Amino acid sequence: MIDFWIILTASLVATTTAILGCFLIMRKMAMIGDAISHAVLPGIVIAYYISHSRASFPILIGAAASGMVVTYLIQFFHQKVKLQQDASIGISYTFLFAIGIILISLFSGNVDLDQDCVLYGEIAYVPLDNLSIGGLYAGPRQVWILGTTLIIISTSVIVAYRKLVLTTFDPAFASAMGISVVLWQYYLMAGVSLTTVVSFESVGAVLVIAFLSGPAATAFLLTKDFKKMLYLAVGFGISASILGYYTAVWLAGSIAGAIATIIGLQFAIAFIYIQFLKKARISETLENKALTEV
Amino acid sequence: MEFFTEILSFFTFSEPNVKVVFWGSLILCSISGLVGTFTLLRKRSLIGDVISHAVLPGIALAFIIGQQKNPLYLIIGATITGWISTYLVDYITKHSKIKNDTAIALILSVFFGVGVLLLTHIQHSGNASQSGLDQFIFGRASAMNMSDVWLFSIVGTIIVILIVIFFRGLSLLSFDENYSQSIGFPNELLKLVLSITTVTTVAMGVQAVGVVLMSALLITPAACAKFWTNKIIPMAILAVVISGASGVLGSAISYTYNGMPTGPWIVVVVSLFAFISAFIGSKNGLLKKHLQRNKNNTKILRENTIKLFFNPTTLGETRYNFEDIFAKSKMQRATLKKGLNLLKSDKLITVSNDIFTTTNLGIEEAKTIVRKHRLWELYISRFMHLQPDHVHDDAEGIEHVITPEIERELEKELDFPTKDPHDSDIPY
Repeated sequence: MIDFWIILTASLVATTTAILGCFLIMRKMAMIGDAISHAVLPGIVIAYYISHSRASFPILIGAAASGMVVTYLIQFFHQKVKLQQDASIGISYTFLFAIGIILISLFSGNVDLDQDCVLYGEIAYVPLDNLSIGGLYAGPRQVWILGTTLIIISTSVIVAYRKLVLTTFDPAFASAMGISVVLWQYYLMAGVSLTTVVSFESVGAVLVIAFLSGPAATAFLLTKDFKKMLYLAVGFGISASILGYYTAVWLAGSIAGAIATIIGLQFAIAFIYIQFLKKARISETLENKALTEV
Repeated sequence: MEFFTEILSFFTFSEPNVKVVFWGSLILCSISGLVGTFTLLRKRSLIGDVISHAVLPGIALAFIIGQQKNPLYLIIGATITGWISTYLVDYITKHSKIKNDTAIALILSVFFGVGVLLLTHIQHSGNASQSGLDQFIFGRASAMNMSDVWLFSIVGTIIVILIVIFFRGLSLLSFDENYSQSIGFPNELLKLVLSITTVTTVAMGVQAVGVVLMSALLITPAACAKFWTNKIIPMAILAVVISGASGVLGSAISYTYNGMPTGPWIVVVVSLFAFISAFIGSKNGLLKKHLQRNKNNTKILRENTIKLFFNPTTLGETRYNFEDIFAKSKMQRATLKKGLNLLKSDKLITVSNDIFTTTNLGIEEAKTIVRKHRLWELYISRFMHLQPDHVHDDAEGIEHVITPEIERELEKELDFPTKDPHDSDIPY
């Protein structure tokens, strides 16, 4: 049963992040996702410290606040003082992440968080923290939280699908139609922040990037159709969760780390396959050419 | 108070270990400041981020193979996987439709994931000498020893020598890659030198600040320096100084509080330097910009006010009371008062019994600004074929930035005209 709950948790995280990841990488915003996922840390720690609990609501507020701070900092460095964008992202999120780690060390007695957990989560502990409704066993708390998030994210994406796709692929046309590109960007960022925060306990700040970018990138290699890409990405995410779990058990290592490793392998296989296809296509055209010349 | 005595005890080297920490973090941070200057200028700051995450599997593998924490093995392992990661990012971007930022995010997190998997695997394997290996994640300068410092100084010296030898080529590569290629610089070799030095620096630096925050040491000091200078040599020197100082301060703070990781403190200190530089820096600094804007606004206000005193018929002295001049102007009352005070303090007008009278200086000044305005109107109506009723607004803005040199050019170009497009005289 423990296996089942862990795999379910990982799959929920993977599905939510895969959907968002597809939009992020098409918008060339993968690194903004990286920045947000690191930068929510100080907000989460302060919320833990103040509320003395793992209650989700204060933590969401804390994370949203520091997410806003990092967005503002990036904008400040990039637009107000004209620093190049990569450096603006780099300065802002490392600063906030460092503050977060320092806060964890300062509050170490009072906060039920440790530094390692921040980086790669504690998915193995998920089945230990159970929820009961009216005295009945209702499964791990984390599964409920992640399930709700998945529902929220997928409904928001389905409801706004056309506008999101339009602002992603043709922002100029979208603004000409009167659709605010900036508004939908914030809509997406809000989704990313929410997902990062709720996935934080199970997969940590760094590995959530693997979940966000990996399955989407692999799917992007294999198809040109965005809808197909979404389904493929979700499929890759879930299969990586299952394979990753058993790899971790086999190697006695971190589950989130193993899932990230499998995500990397999936990408590598897809990449090599595409290279072979390309080579085959090139040699085929060369053969055809040779034949026609003869 | 205790804090200060502790800090003092750090800087007086009262414990032998402190000396190691001091020199270790100084050397590591200074070198990353130097190398970071080039990665920042090449707009490849986030590559540093990739490398620093990607050294983790290298460290873990080196430990699995060597079964001990020999710093040299660990640096070699870290260098190898770090280098592979940059190679992969470039390869993926070049050979598929995956964009650069996606490749960066993917490689960074997957390598880190592999590193975490291996590291947790080692921890569960029960090898006693593995303890402290996880300190690579956040860095603990206090765990360094003298032989580490020697290793850092030797490798650091090699990096510095490499950079000095290839300095000209590296600077050109950083500023203009295509130009460097076209005049026959060996770009591929230079890129290799830069990537080797970057990877080695990161591989060493993670011992002090850890893999997660190492990228800050490459990005932030150089970005700080960029707020002060545009020249590469002063920029590199400044970056080295800022980085070295942050390294020492950060490790002093983390040494003072027990159990504090070093990396985050160094990063916080260097980020504070960045914020300060962004506010008061002489290039693009916020304060500088603010002052410049104020100066411009004052100049514009002064010129707009004196223009009100222009006498079109006699070109001589004019007298107005405040209400007259206020009716003539389109300014707010307070703004106009401010403008008049400016003119008074510059002795362009005199005030007696609430009557403002232009001085000779003021007459000339008013003539000059009207002349510039009308010359410009004539210029754009003649050369850009704009209708006379369309040229006023443009001239209203540009009259404040026309220098005497441009004015002479305009006069020559227009052959010393006497009438503007609205048929008014151009005052000389």
